Amino acid sequence: MVKNKGSDVGVHNKYSIIIPTYNERLNIALIVFLVFKHLRDVDFEIIVVDDGSPDGTQDIVKQLQNVYGEDRILLRARPRKLGLGTAYIHGLKHASGEFVVIMDADLSHHPKYLPSFIRKQNETGANIVTGTRYVKDGGVHGWNLMRKLTSRGANVLAQTLLWPGVSDLTGSFRLYQKSVLDDVIKSCVSKGYVFQMEMIVRASRKNYHIEEVPITFVDRVFGSSKLGGSEIVEYLKGLVYLLLTT
Amino acid sequence: MKHIQKIVSLLVTISACWIGLLKASIIPHSYTWLLPIYLIVSLGCYGLLMVGYGLMIFPTCPKEAELLQKDIMEAKEFFKQRGVDVDSD
Repeated sequence: MVKNKGSDVGVHNKYSIIIPTYNERLNIALIVFLVFKHLRDVDFEIIVVDDGSPDGTQDIVKQLQNVYGEDRILLRARPRKLGLGTAYIHGLKHASGEFVVIMDADLSHHPKYLPSFIRKQNETGANIVTGTRYVKDGGVHGWNLMRKLTSRGANVLAQTLLWPGVSDLTGSFRLYQKSVLDDVIKSCVSKGYVFQMEMIVRASRKNYHIEEVPITFVDRVFGSSKLGGSEIVEYLKGLVYLLLTT
Repeated sequence: MKHIQKIVSLLVTISACWIGLLKASIIPHSYTWLLPIYLIVSLGCYGLLMVGYGLMIFPTCPKEAELLQKDIMEAKEFFKQRGVDVDSD
């Protein structure tokens, strides 16, 4: 029998997809639908870590559990907003897969790229596969010139100062070997997207095998994302912090 | 070794070479004194060029936004049939 290259991807491993949410009632439903659509023959579970969203995100997740099964969608809520880093640690405690995928809940990360993460990991045996927007077949939609300029400037600065060995430091669509994520996350203290940068820089310093796959990033469809002066200051502080501690 | 130590040792090596050049006076002193300025200027040019080049080839994906809208319609239709309440947002 001829094996279909697309469908025998990741058949032996289990993947835990951790999605932190806060007021993502509609988006979480869309993501779950798309994950199930694109990962048909893969053993996976989705762990939603909701930080007490007042918009009824948890009600929707319960309805999704009725559709897809409580063993496929796990709701692991926390009482209030407690930060992104701890959300991953919280989700990780409940993950039963050998591999963990972390992605944003706002649909800027499309689940259709999950098979390419899994395939890349299978082919290379990498500890971490990270999505990159800045290569061929990758890309960003919905950014104005100012946003692109800041992003490029930030990237050149980080590449020159940190030599991280990956092209997209602040992206947060990644697949980790569970033990590796366990190890790296413990040493990270930053918040926001500096946290994503710290994770990948520390992993690279620990000599973990990191591979990249192209992803596209469609800036959030519902709601808006912002990048102001305070974020830039936070980013620069993060850079200096990483320069001194890694 | 911490990363900052790598960068500092690189800077120390470069300064040592520069001081060596100053002492050895292989090239005229007036030129040697200007070398660090050339270095800083070329680093700045490199940074600006990289940002400019990055901006020029910045990959965009307007098609993806359209495809996503289709996916969203498909998902909403599916959930409507299953009685999952996604519309009241």
